[in-house]
Amino acid sequence: MNSHQSVKSLFIFFLCISVSLTVELTFELPDNAKECFYEEIESGTDFTVEFQVVTGGHYDIDFELIAPNKEVLYREVKKQYDSFSKKADVRGVYAACFSNEFSTFSHKLVYVDWQVGTEDPLPGLGEHLTAMTQMESSSHSLHENLNKVVDYQTHHRLRESQGRKRAEDLNERVFLWAVGETVAIIVILIGQVVILRNFFSEKKPSQMMFS
Amino acid sequence: MATLLMFIPVRKVSLSFFFTWLSIVSTEAGKMQFLGISLIFIIYLSCVSGLYFHIAETERKCFIEEIPDETMVIGNYKVQLYDPRTGGFMPSSPGIGMHVEVKDPDDKVVLSRVYSSEGRFTFTSHTPGEHIICLYSNSTKWFSGTQLRVHLDIHVGEQTMDYAGIAQKEKLTELQLRVRQLLAQVDQINKEQNYQRIREERFRQTSESTNQRVLWWSLTQTAILLVMGAWQMRHLKKFFEAKKLV
Repeated sequence: MNSHQSVKSLFIFFLCISVSLTVELTFELPDNAKECFYEEIESGTDFTVEFQVVTGGHYDIDFELIAPNKEVLYREVKKQYDSFSKKADVRGVYAACFSNEFSTFSHKLVYVDWQVGTEDPLPGLGEHLTAMTQMESSSHSLHENLNKVVDYQTHHRLRESQGRKRAEDLNERVFLWAVGETVAIIVILIGQVVILRNFFSEKKPSQMMFS
Repeated sequence: MATLLMFIPVRKVSLSFFFTWLSIVSTEAGKMQFLGISLIFIIYLSCVSGLYFHIAETERKCFIEEIPDETMVIGNYKVQLYDPRTGGFMPSSPGIGMHVEVKDPDDKVVLSRVYSSEGRFTFTSHTPGEHIICLYSNSTKWFSGTQLRVHLDIHVGEQTMDYAGIAQKEKLTELQLRVRQLLAQVDQINKEQNYQRIREERFRQTSESTNQRVLWWSLTQTAILLVMGAWQMRHLKKFFEAKKLV
């Protein structure tokens, strides 16, 4: 009874670790900051980390993927978009770190997508002992294609967001620049006249002395 | 055990399945029973979310979700407190609560609640745009205390559907369930495309506004320069004539 139960427990333990997980997060990384995301991955599991910088500065960020034995698996400096896939050979906590330490005042908005393992099949579909019928396999490929469509849509949305935010920034800057420069020109032109008048009114007694 | 095999592929090992398993196991008696259940429960707790990150106790961490309207978002989180005695994180810290605040694109608060150290929050968007989800602990300290480990998992739109529950409730076959999934996905894609149209319109309006502003600025500046230059000349001429220098 005891061994049976411990076998069950062990089974559930492994089942928990082996379920797949896809997490997409969009977060803001302040300047001179570093942010890490950790994930516990079983050995033999494929995982993919994808990131894209949405706004901020020159739209670049440093990326590092660190294995459980503290070995750096992948490092990229000042990248706008990148994707990294690997089959985990060691079981443990993998860390994906983003660094904005090279930037002095621009904070970046980063989108990260971490996919561990393959997607779970639908409940009930997992216990397929016979081959799938044509209907089932075509619906499965439909599902995979739609997944790709959703992925492309996400990246398109991020890139469009980048362009749009840049345009909105430009719009505001043009307005501030126009107002600022108009005020400066008016002040300078009036100031010129005032200063010129000042020169002549000061020299008046001395001129009268000389003439 | 057979029931277990069927429920393995389910991503979120939901409580209903856990209790089904519990009812099967409860036919056996004994103290080992209790230990076994608590072990399972602890293991279950540890597989709520995979991705985690660290924040300070008073720090506020925000995530942005750009979603179309009428989209449901479910977030699962779990918070662990740093244990200085072991140098690690306590497996469960019931004392801390997490304040979850969700703001919609118009900066209006959609959801603002304090949850326990482990839970899930749900909201449905009514306007398309950037929703900001902020998490921070309800700690009363003024400056950063200990470190917190936050496990987080956010599901948007079609991913929020509980297929196992739907299959069980409506008694659907695999193919029918797959069709449901495809319908939900296509619906989500449709909403996203609609939102894309709205975004493109906003982008176009911004560009046209910039164009207008640049045009007005150049005309106004030229006019101001001409007018001011003429005024300057006239004013100085009058000034010098008064001074009998011209």
